[in-house]
Amino acid sequence: MITIVALHFLAAALAPVLVRHLQRRAFLLLALVPLGSFVWLLGPAEAAFDGDVRTEQVTWIPSIDVQIDLALTPLNALMALVVTGVGALVLAYCTWYFREGDREIWRFSAVLTAFAGSMLGLVVADNLYVLYVFWELTTVLSFLLIGHNPERKANRRAAMNALIVTTFGGLVMLGGLFVLGHEAGTARITEIVAGPPTGTATTVAVLLILVGAISKSALVPFHFWLPGAMAAPTPVSAYLHAAAMVKAGVFLVALLAPAFSDIPGWRPLLLVTGLVTMIIGGLRALRQHDIKLLLAYGTVSQLGFLIAVVGAGTQAAAFAGLALVLGHALFKSALFLVVGVIDRSTGTRDLRELTGLFRSLPVLFGAALLAAASMAGIPPLLGFTAKEAALAAFLDLGEDADLGVWGPLALVGLVVGSTLTVAYTARFMWGAFGVRTVTPPSVATPRAGLVAAPVVLAGLSLVAGFAGAPLTSRLMAYAGEFPSGAHAPLLTLWHGLTPALGLSVLAVTGGLLLWVARRRVSSAQGRLVDRLHVPEAEIVYHGVIRAVDRLSIEVTGRTQRGSLPVYLGIILLVLVVVPGITLVTTWQGVDVRGPDNLLQVAIVAVVVVAAILTVRSRRRLRAVLLLGVTGYGTALLFVAHGAPDLALTQVLVETFSIVTFVFVMRRLPPFFSDRPFTSARRIRVAIGCLTGLAVGGYALLAADARTASPVGYDFAGPAYDYGGGNNIVNITLVDIRVWDTFGEIAVLVVAATGVASLIFLLTDRATSHRESRRIRAAEDSGWLRGAGLIADRRRSVVFEIVARVVFPVLMVFSIYLMFAGHNLPGGGFAGGLIAGLALMVRYLAGGRAELDTAAPIDAGVVLGSGLVIAALSGAVPALIGFNAFQSGIFDIPVGPFGEVHLVTSLFFDIGVYLVVVGLALDVLRSLGGGIDKQGEDSGAVEAAPREVSVP
Amino acid sequence: MSTNVVLVVAIVVLVACGTTLVLERSLTRILVGFVMLGNGVNLVFLVASGPAGRAPIIGTGDEPMTDPLPQAMVLTAIVITLGVTAFGLALAYRAWQLTGHDDVQDDVEDDLVIRRADLDRPSASFDDVTAGMPDEEGEDEQSASGDNTGTDAADRIAAERGEA
Repeated sequence: MITIVALHFLAAALAPVLVRHLQRRAFLLLALVPLGSFVWLLGPAEAAFDGDVRTEQVTWIPSIDVQIDLALTPLNALMALVVTGVGALVLAYCTWYFREGDREIWRFSAVLTAFAGSMLGLVVADNLYVLYVFWELTTVLSFLLIGHNPERKANRRAAMNALIVTTFGGLVMLGGLFVLGHEAGTARITEIVAGPPTGTATTVAVLLILVGAISKSALVPFHFWLPGAMAAPTPVSAYLHAAAMVKAGVFLVALLAPAFSDIPGWRPLLLVTGLVTMIIGGLRALRQHDIKLLLAYGTVSQLGFLIAVVGAGTQAAAFAGLALVLGHALFKSALFLVVGVIDRSTGTRDLRELTGLFRSLPVLFGAALLAAASMAGIPPLLGFTAKEAALAAFLDLGEDADLGVWGPLALVGLVVGSTLTVAYTARFMWGAFGVRTVTPPSVATPRAGLVAAPVVLAGLSLVAGFAGAPLTSRLMAYAGEFPSGAHAPLLTLWHGLTPALGLSVLAVTGGLLLWVARRRVSSAQGRLVDRLHVPEAEIVYHGVIRAVDRLSIEVTGRTQRGSLPVYLGIILLVLVVVPGITLVTTWQGVDVRGPDNLLQVAIVAVVVVAAILTVRSRRRLRAVLLLGVTGYGTALLFVAHGAPDLALTQVLVETFSIVTFVFVMRRLPPFFSDRPFTSARRIRVAIGCLTGLAVGGYALLAADARTASPVGYDFAGPAYDYGGGNNIVNITLVDIRVWDTFGEIAVLVVAATGVASLIFLLTDRATSHRESRRIRAAEDSGWLRGAGLIADRRRSVVFEIVARVVFPVLMVFSIYLMFAGHNLPGGGFAGGLIAGLALMVRYLAGGRAELDTAAPIDAGVVLGSGLVIAALSGAVPALIGFNAFQSGIFDIPVGPFGEVHLVTSLFFDIGVYLVVVGLALDVLRSLGGGIDKQGEDSGAVEAAPREVSVP
Repeated sequence: MSTNVVLVVAIVVLVACGTTLVLERSLTRILVGFVMLGNGVNLVFLVASGPAGRAPIIGTGDEPMTDPLPQAMVLTAIVITLGVTAFGLALAYRAWQLTGHDDVQDDVEDDLVIRRADLDRPSASFDDVTAGMPDEEGEDEQSASGDNTGTDAADRIAAERGEA
């Protein structure tokens, strides 16, 4: 079973490709999947009816008991046959329904096939959560199908309504499923039904699940989404809104009924909502002019009928309910498909414009007549035998289910509903095929394929009417789970002169009378609606949605002020207040000591002064330089603490950052903009001081709390034994905590790409390459070739000479640092930063063209290859059977030079190196060269005269 | 074990000055503050990582060495700060290009939401009109009013102020 479900999704994935090659004929191929599933299912289904339930299980996450359970019980088998059978016919029908060259069918075909798969999965699921997943899949896919034509606002609204209503029900149901699964101690549905839990929690859970079923099956008060769903193409209406999705609710009720129909609330809820829906749907159907809408309201009515019968919880009712499900699937999908043919042949569905179709479309008329007769419950069709069984079941309902006077009352509701059904069936047939005094629409003869599907379905209604005996035994396989009632249920055309037959005759006669008196009925209905002032469900729903929307606007407006300083201030105040209160109330004093030496005092004094001056600075450049002072001071403090790697990296980063700041500062105004509000400044300073004091307090407490021996000291042994190096900090970065570092370089790649895209926007990073090609051709060759592109006044020969000499030295040093990092301070970060600084020197001396000469490669390539090398250094060990990122240590003899000690984590460090170089290159190209170029283009910066002359 | 109070003074000042700058509106100042705040927090790691000592490199002596793990974390933080700085500077430059200054303004869309809340209106995407029939084919007639797609948030605010 899992195979046929998966095949549907595979077919859905392939559908767009098929449609591209075969156009609408692809539907015929797609129809083979449900058809094949139907044929395959016949065997296991027959076994299921004989009591041999096929089950399948796919373990997924065994540790938390999550698995995919499927089962083919008699109920599941019947539903699966309906879903696949009707699905195959509807998909085939689509071949002729859509016009040649329709541009949307690639999506439609995929969604409809996936829907068929979800529906099949839903009806064969034997696990509460698997059932839920398929349930919501059908919801989402039905949203896509209803919104097939999003050009109309009403369609979008209809799709949203369906989505919101059914998802709401689905979520309520999920709550119930969890509780039920917990109470039962298993998620397997067959086990739950075999030994149902009891108690208040179970009662609540089952009622919650019923809310899901009611919303999905469009019962009052959720019924309004179903007529809106007629925005979907008619084959979808035939499938989703007749045979498949709306039946999911009925299926769920049928699934749970054997176990839970006696719990408090079950029968009142389902009988009342079901019968009320049946009557309201019927009344609304009588007032429609669009024959598709008429059928839609008829479906609402029929779903109420089905839920009431299936939910009644007696053997006879369950039997009749299942027969009705089958009957309804056959006749309602046939009728919808008939409407599709009429729509395609005449271009209208308005019954006031249709006339004389029984003459021009005789075959279709025959099929429609059979299906309609089945809907009205007229012999010799399945609809009649099923309805007889339902009436018989409700005649005994008071006795079988111990309902007392409510049993006959439910029977009255059923008969009234059936009467209305006959009336709107008559209205449908008269509307679609009758003769009126209007100009007849031009009728195009439909293709045989289009008419075939409704003919097959209607024919089956007729055959099934005569197949009472074989159907009875199969339906009893399900109904047998209930205790037997006052009579043994039976599907047959002739029971004798029974009360049920009398009620059938009553309903048909009454319905026909209603139709004959349709004008008077209609105006009476209008007056009644005017007088009652019952609010329409859709308007109530709209009001609720509007209220939710308004609430969200009010809450957002109050809390989301859109001001960055306000947000940050609140975050910082929380940081100060919440842990701060704990800090103050539990403060027991900490052990402090004075400075270790006078140098430390001097460094801190400089840092403190520089920091305060930075805040007070109004010049941008001054602020940045003072920031540099604090940074270098921090680096010195690192040295004093015994952290040479940190100090090295800090100095390099600080240098690189300051120059980068200057790159941008040179274009921004020299002063910060004026902020005259002194009170705001006081608040900022106050929050700043509080945060500083609080963090200082936390630092003291954290240092004081260091009582256990930290894990870091234990890194020494593994660092040498497994990491193969002496520098523990570096081994930590490239081996022990390598995943962290890998994440970090990924962030660097993102940041670098962000920088480049903010400066160059849509143009690629390699723009300046084309420039550099020109330079190579230029005759100017000084110390730096690319420097010829900057104005002579801005060139410095001394700087160019220094840059020329220093660059190779720095590059060699950077590579040395990267290799040495394993045992001495250094590593990929420090090495990469040195290389970045070397490139920066070239750029500063010779401009962006010189940078391109120094590094004639796209920064993205460097970044990407760095990330790939780093990833490979993790993946390769994993692929050859070690742990990801595990280091291998090799001592390779190289003759007279001794041995090379190679640790494979070096490759990770090379990746880090390349990523940092790539970041530097991107920053220099964007914030350096990119800003230069834009400045020159805007005339703010002087360019070399030669370049201006180049077109 | 005692804590070096001088380092704590440096932490307090760096964090205080850093947060004061971060609360500003100029992106340059925010970035300067961010870097300074980062330096202060890195020192917190240093203080919390125990006493000063020998560099955590095997075979450089017998005195007690410093804890290497916090150092590895701080090293990561330093490099990340570089990435953030570069990205922030690119943002500041772009802001200057577009608006002539690098101040972070209040969010325009949020202002719109606040105005809607004051006017007791639903959200802009809320569909209050229920006219029209669903159908699988065709499209709505384009109406001149009520179609606010493709306009700027600023224009919408102007329009709403006009209505109000």
